[in-house]
Amino acid sequence: MSTVPLRESRVLRWMLMALGVIIVLSLTQELARPETTDLVSAGTAASTLRRAVPILLAGLGGIWAERAGVVNIGLEGMMVLGTWFGAWGALEFGPWWGIAIGIAGGAAGGLLHAVATVGFGVDHIVSGVAINILAPGITRFLSREFFSNRPGGGITQSPRVESVGHVDIPFLSGGDLFGWSTPDIFGWLADRGWFIVSDVFAVASGVTSNISWATLLALLLVPATVFVLWYTPFGLRVRASGEHPVAADSLGVNVYRMKYTAVVVSGGMAGFGGAFIAIEQTGIYREAQTQGRGFIGLATVIFGNWRPVGAFLGSLLFGFADALQLRDRTAVHALLLLAGVAVGVAALRALKQHRLSTAGILLLVTAPMLWWYAVTDKVMGELPPVTPHIVTLLVLVLATSRLRMPAANGLRYRRGQE
Amino acid sequence: MTSRRILMALAAPVSAFVFSVLISSVVLLAVGTSPIAAWAELLSFGTRLETLVETGNRATPLYLAGIAVAVGFRMNLFNIGVEGQYILGALLAASAGAAVNLPAPLHVLLILVVAMTVAATFSGLAGYLKVTRGVHEVISTIMLNAIALSMVGYLMRTWLSDPEDTSLNLKTPEIPESGRFPNLNGLVEAFTRDIKGGRELGGFLLVAVLVGILFHLFLTRTRAGYDLRITGLNPFAAEASGVDPKATVLRAMLLSGAVAGLVGMPEILGDDFKFDLSFTKGLGFAGIAVALIGRNHPAGIAVGALLFGWLDSAAPILDVRGDAPREIVSILQGVVVLTAVVAYEVVSRVRRAQEARDAATASARSDAGGTP
Repeated sequence: MSTVPLRESRVLRWMLMALGVIIVLSLTQELARPETTDLVSAGTAASTLRRAVPILLAGLGGIWAERAGVVNIGLEGMMVLGTWFGAWGALEFGPWWGIAIGIAGGAAGGLLHAVATVGFGVDHIVSGVAINILAPGITRFLSREFFSNRPGGGITQSPRVESVGHVDIPFLSGGDLFGWSTPDIFGWLADRGWFIVSDVFAVASGVTSNISWATLLALLLVPATVFVLWYTPFGLRVRASGEHPVAADSLGVNVYRMKYTAVVVSGGMAGFGGAFIAIEQTGIYREAQTQGRGFIGLATVIFGNWRPVGAFLGSLLFGFADALQLRDRTAVHALLLLAGVAVGVAALRALKQHRLSTAGILLLVTAPMLWWYAVTDKVMGELPPVTPHIVTLLVLVLATSRLRMPAANGLRYRRGQE
Repeated sequence: MTSRRILMALAAPVSAFVFSVLISSVVLLAVGTSPIAAWAELLSFGTRLETLVETGNRATPLYLAGIAVAVGFRMNLFNIGVEGQYILGALLAASAGAAVNLPAPLHVLLILVVAMTVAATFSGLAGYLKVTRGVHEVISTIMLNAIALSMVGYLMRTWLSDPEDTSLNLKTPEIPESGRFPNLNGLVEAFTRDIKGGRELGGFLLVAVLVGILFHLFLTRTRAGYDLRITGLNPFAAEASGVDPKATVLRAMLLSGAVAGLVGMPEILGDDFKFDLSFTKGLGFAGIAVALIGRNHPAGIAVGALLFGWLDSAAPILDVRGDAPREIVSILQGVVVLTAVVAYEVVSRVRRAQEARDAATASARSDAGGTP
């Protein structure tokens, strides 16, 4: 990313893009048969956001580590630590402490990864895999020691834990302001039943009402990461360590310290993600409840071209798929129409640009999709959860040439050795 | 010189194991149980014949998974997808095996071929995407894992589960007698006593040993294996000396997947004779652990697989006797993996420094001898 200042125009562009996506989805919802009402609704939007948060946090964690040149496939394990320590902290000291202790647990995993990869020069993927194996072992043991003797707890789960609490945004969704309950503007507009407009406000209402404080905190970490990594001297040093550590070292940057810090922060973010799953999403620690979200977070890093906003968009995509899976399956069926048309348009564009092989691949995808849409009423329940994985593969297949990772990412660095 | 090399080779795994036992002991002390009693209990229960039989059974698929992973790791190719590959392979192989009736060796062979083909298709896809589109195999195999597992769910629910079975536990129809693998009880009992408790030592153990030997021969005696090894050691030198990197990647992924297909076979052919929802999962990831402990060497992987298999088989006694929580074993396993990879790194660095020093003294000596 170049270091142009964060202009308002860019924020505006993101907002317009979000609006565009909602309108397209809303149109799809209107056109699709059999009818569906769950593709664009407040419930789906709220659920999407809630499910995107852990993936987003893992993705931000991935960006921190990889911008410093350390591949962190151990995010999954650090998330697992976050779920356990989060739940334990929430039980012992309350939900906010749970989040904090979950972050600390993940950061401890990050420190382990940093010691192995930066300190001892172990291959990054090997160390990450080892941490992914170690973490469930630790949590299994700890659950046995600390949860199995409590009511509702066991070797694989904790007693129920409390959430940090929710808030309606004042004026937008009718939250309280100093004891005065403000009007619920988004909710009112969403209930009007105006073509498309109400759908847009239903989504806006979904993501602004009854929103967890932890979600707000997580969302804040996106601009915070952008700011720290791209607008501070410290961030420049971190990124320099990931692009060209030898050059950074020759300019007096303490590359080891940058890498250690970044990987520990990375683990902390993953730990936050884990704690969020346990405390906010499910209200309980359960073994293997991360369900590979750490890996998904890693995918959003690549997906988003190693940029925080890109990873955020990727996490929304995964969150959306995750949310739909639990809702109406005709909504997913409607998406087949959208996906089929979208891929068809992309195919025509590729054809126009004479990229024949790409166009061929896309046409091969679009035809069966539309056919599938035409002959069925709903898709099988197994499809929605893997849609993001398929999309990720497709993105990587079609767009790898446009992605650029930090130049020294994944490489071993020893001071004084080229 | 050779004795020092052996000593160096053993230094890393032994120190990793000792360190892990120490860490686990500290953990046990911290929760107020006696580590010495726990380890003694493990050792005495773990040396019974039945536990050893169980160890062999658990080590067999772990070893195969370890080899599958190691095929890629030897050339820095990370097939994280062994998990999805072997589970999907086992499902399709089990249903293929139940659908046909063939003479015994052919029937077993068919099942094996189906499992290996399915698994190799998935790993091959990841390899293909890597060489044609530059998609990193770690990400593609992770994505393919999820896709394979959801295919398993879908196929089980719709097409492949036994239509005559109405219970909630979906399963494929049973494989007939001719498609089953014999056990080794007769062989073992000839040397020892009768195996009690209805336990059987699965015959697939021999297949695993065979695969290990073949892997070793492949690496050391074939051109393709040599290409694979030197690509792992130095990809640039390998390419400069005429190794086709793309073909090597594709070959390694296909081979890795084919071995991964075998991972589920001990259970399908020798134990359950069907695929159901309780089919053992997680062996792909455990295989990575075992390969890391074994430094991707056939003999080392065997040690890793036996260690993990033995710990899993012996651990339940801790709960029965109540001396210590059996979960301490999972901590031990996790710590062993992490300390082993660190220890290997340290040892190889020490060795490199040693070699540099040796070379320096040797050249200094020849310089000194050369001057009149």
